Amino acid sequence: MSRATVGWIVLGWVGYVLLPWYGFERGAAPSLTDYFVGGSGLVRGLAGAWWLLPILVPLLLALRPALAGSRPVGSSWLVASGLLGLALVVLQGFLIGLNGWTVDALKVFADPGPSQDGMGFGAALTASAFLIILCHGLAARGWCRGDAFVTSSIGVVIALIVIFVFFPVSTILASAFADDGGNFAPLTFLTKFMDRSIWGLDCLTGELRCGVAWNTLFLGVLVAFGTTALGLAFALIATRTAFRYKKLLRVMSVLPIITPPFVIGLALILLFGRSGALSAVLFEWFGVPRSRWIYGLPGILIAQLLAFTPIAFLVLIGVVQGISPTLEEASQTLRAKSWTTFLTVTLPLMRPGLANAFLLGFVESLADFGNPLVLGGNYEVLSTKIFFAVVGAQQDQGRAAVLSIILLAFTLGAFWLQHAWLGKKVYTTVTGKGDAGIPLPLPRRVALASYLTAIPWAVFTLAIYVIIVIGAFVRSMGRDYTPTLEHFITAFRIEGTERGLYFSGSAWDSFFATMKVAALSAPLTAAIGLLTAYLLTRQRFSGQRAFEFGTLLSFAIPGTVVGVSYILAFNVPPIEITGTGFILVMCFVFRNMPVGVRSGIATLSQIDKSLDEASLTLGARSATTMRRVVLPLLRPAIVASLVYSFVRAMTAVSAVIFLVTAEYNMATTYIVGRVEAGEFGLAIAYSTALILVMLLAIVAIQLAVGERRLGRRSAAANAPAVAVEALP
Amino acid sequence: MSKRRHLIAASMLAGTVTAFSFMSAGTAQAQGALVMYCGVQEEWCRAMTTAFERETGVKVSMTRKSAGEVFAQVKAEAANPRADIWWGGTGDPHMQAAEEGLTVEYKSPKMGELQDWAVRQWEQSKNRTVGIYSGALGFGYNTELVKSNGIPEPKCWADILGAKLKDEVQVADPNSSGTAYTLLATIVQLMGEDKGFEYLKSLHKNVNQYTKSGAAPAKAMALGETTVGIAFMHDIVTMVVDKAPIKVVAPCEGTGFEIGSMSIIKGAKNLDNAKKFYDWALTPAAQKIGAEAKSYQVPSNKSTPVPAEAPKLSEIKLINFDFAKYGSSEERKRLLSKWDAEVKNLPK
Repeated sequence: MSRATVGWIVLGWVGYVLLPWYGFERGAAPSLTDYFVGGSGLVRGLAGAWWLLPILVPLLLALRPALAGSRPVGSSWLVASGLLGLALVVLQGFLIGLNGWTVDALKVFADPGPSQDGMGFGAALTASAFLIILCHGLAARGWCRGDAFVTSSIGVVIALIVIFVFFPVSTILASAFADDGGNFAPLTFLTKFMDRSIWGLDCLTGELRCGVAWNTLFLGVLVAFGTTALGLAFALIATRTAFRYKKLLRVMSVLPIITPPFVIGLALILLFGRSGALSAVLFEWFGVPRSRWIYGLPGILIAQLLAFTPIAFLVLIGVVQGISPTLEEASQTLRAKSWTTFLTVTLPLMRPGLANAFLLGFVESLADFGNPLVLGGNYEVLSTKIFFAVVGAQQDQGRAAVLSIILLAFTLGAFWLQHAWLGKKVYTTVTGKGDAGIPLPLPRRVALASYLTAIPWAVFTLAIYVIIVIGAFVRSMGRDYTPTLEHFITAFRIEGTERGLYFSGSAWDSFFATMKVAALSAPLTAAIGLLTAYLLTRQRFSGQRAFEFGTLLSFAIPGTVVGVSYILAFNVPPIEITGTGFILVMCFVFRNMPVGVRSGIATLSQIDKSLDEASLTLGARSATTMRRVVLPLLRPAIVASLVYSFVRAMTAVSAVIFLVTAEYNMATTYIVGRVEAGEFGLAIAYSTALILVMLLAIVAIQLAVGERRLGRRSAAANAPAVAVEALP
Repeated sequence: MSKRRHLIAASMLAGTVTAFSFMSAGTAQAQGALVMYCGVQEEWCRAMTTAFERETGVKVSMTRKSAGEVFAQVKAEAANPRADIWWGGTGDPHMQAAEEGLTVEYKSPKMGELQDWAVRQWEQSKNRTVGIYSGALGFGYNTELVKSNGIPEPKCWADILGAKLKDEVQVADPNSSGTAYTLLATIVQLMGEDKGFEYLKSLHKNVNQYTKSGAAPAKAMALGETTVGIAFMHDIVTMVVDKAPIKVVAPCEGTGFEIGSMSIIKGAKNLDNAKKFYDWALTPAAQKIGAEAKSYQVPSNKSTPVPAEAPKLSEIKLINFDFAKYGSSEERKRLLSKWDAEVKNLPK
């Protein structure tokens, strides 16, 4: 029996005997004895909470193999202990609620029955210990080639996904099948599902509108194609050409992703709206009549292309960098023209990247809420429809759930299609072998096409940001262009008082809360995302597909649904975390994890397993291999997921709108409030400040993680080829 | 192997410890606290919070959300309520919360000082919600656009049906906005259901966009994105005060109105403070804060001075709005699906 297993058994006991089993009420001032022993599960159990006592049994079971030494029987005891322990913790947690039994059938014994609060440190530690003990037991029985690290990782990830994705989402999806009274009613579901406003095809035959499902699908496909194409153009220019302003291009392509929602939409209106700056110029110079074309499909499409191209870029740049020049050189040695090489070698090798970028673009478009809200006009999409089904005049949660199911089905469909397209081909190009090629310069027509797409787009992006910056410094964009700093002063005033600096600006509270939540959730997201990617690509275990599917699920669910489901699920014991910063962090971690997983998978599938194996053969332990070989090669993926999750935590809106409290108010909800109040200036000023902060954060992340150095020559360098110079 | 094990153990510990550091959840239960969900503009919410804190020493945790969002949240939290009082926001969701038993009955000693409409709101909700301010529905027009396009100045509901205003009127979608639902209910009460829907159908030809949020048409008008916008008059006034070229119109046929309301949440953890706030919020001193925070609704206490900018309710022809009937879930669902089927999907 390993020391780690013993350690976890000890932790299980610590959680049960020493730490407080239940959470504290906020505002209550617990004393030291409440923290140690006094509030522990054992003491509470003896003092009347009898349902906590059975947990002693599995804890004792776990001791049996520890005493017996390292005989193989031990593993069965561990498995039994873990399973029983988890079952007991979960059962008592869900059966006994805040106001007695949660299941009516049990009220036969006592009404209302015993009650308990939400779980605290002790309960969480003991439950995690049971989980790890179970995984170690399974490893000892030969699961995953007996690797306790792998089984434990799988166990932890599955448990987290079950708690923070499946559990809340199932609570809300259940309401799709319930009528107003909360009873099971499949017929209600059918009528809501088959509604004409969802599936109608009237736009094909006449002037009427099509159903919201078709609208969403159409928009999603357009956006996915557009972002993938633009992202590829940017990625090719940034990696394969001698373009002089690469750095600038990179920064600019990343700008939209760090822009808070509403701002791009607002800027587009100020540019292209009926009284927008550009429309005025077009009208006065060319007599182009002012119109409202921006409201509807064109507006949403432009805004989403602006917003999501960077994601495609971030995914694709890692992939394009990773393609081995050797294969391209081989192709050229065999006298293929550069265009043929590009078409038959380079492009096919990019397929995992293209597929992932496409998938992300599609899913992002489906889940986007801010842009359709501002620019949607009469073009309705599912995400806004769901939001207003919950908060609008209809207040129909069941309808929201039905629409969510449709949205979910689309996303999952895209996921399966992607899998089918990639098939079982191999895309490995980063191998341990000498890799001495010079990357193929882009064929002329590809380079031309890339430039022609990327540069106008970059200029356009720039124009949008000029508008935004101007908006922050004038009194009222579109009406009154008197320069002013008043928006910044209102939001970010700092006064020097006798007791030091006093942050009296109205935005400071939400700013600090947002920074805190974003800084906490980013590393967690990256860690769990890359761990999952590693498990999915480097390990084989049964149920892998279902596991991968589960990690994608949270991404597919619209933010509003996630927000409401988190309240429904986590407002009552056993897991009572609403109103804390923790729920915000968890919400972000599990919403953004899929990006870490996807970019991790895309990068890992290029890296030959023989590199890991070489390291292992040379006597490195698998943790060392992970640290010195895999992680350095994963740098682009690490950067992508860190940046993405940090930025998302600062810019997400629909999910958090229900989760914010007075104490943890988020920047975006504050901005939405300003937009609602018509104070565009303040909203834009705050957004500019956020953009600046995020830019700094991205630069900091890039510097901290560093670049991946593959031992490849650039066209100019003459250095001898080094195998894989992945070590820092 | 031990180094690897250490790494595993350390990383897992780190994860669990971070999880724990947030774990102790709970509600603000300490003495002298109040959790408030606020349904009006941020500035007003903040001013109310600080004024009450200064007055009583009670620490207020305020969260601002739109009325529909507050209702969705209160409903979701019903099993373990987080908030004590829900102040502000249009009356419909308050009524619905009362209907579903999410709020409690309370009779404030200040009841006698209130306007009739505020008391009626309280009676109709079976003492569960009270009116704190009121605002009439109306429309506004962008004076520059009207002048440059040679459109006669609209004064009545009937005037905005004109062919010159084709694609020039903006109003919210009643499915998502309480403001637009008020319009739907107003037109039905003003003209009768059949004629009302005829009106809405001809209005449909002039509507360029059904926005999601009720106040959005006011902003679009200020920016010149639409000529006419239908919204609550105080929302339009806010734009006028901000120097937008807009004129506010109280339609000559008469119009409906909203009653911004206040309710105490059932299961409030700080019930005494909630009542304290409730009583205080009905005093003239508290209701004056609205105008100071640039919100120009008409306050419900008879002795609160009506802000000079506020549309005078006495000069507006108000219909006798039946909040009980048109606020009920059943009637609402019926009217909305009728509007969806007969108006929204019409070709233009």
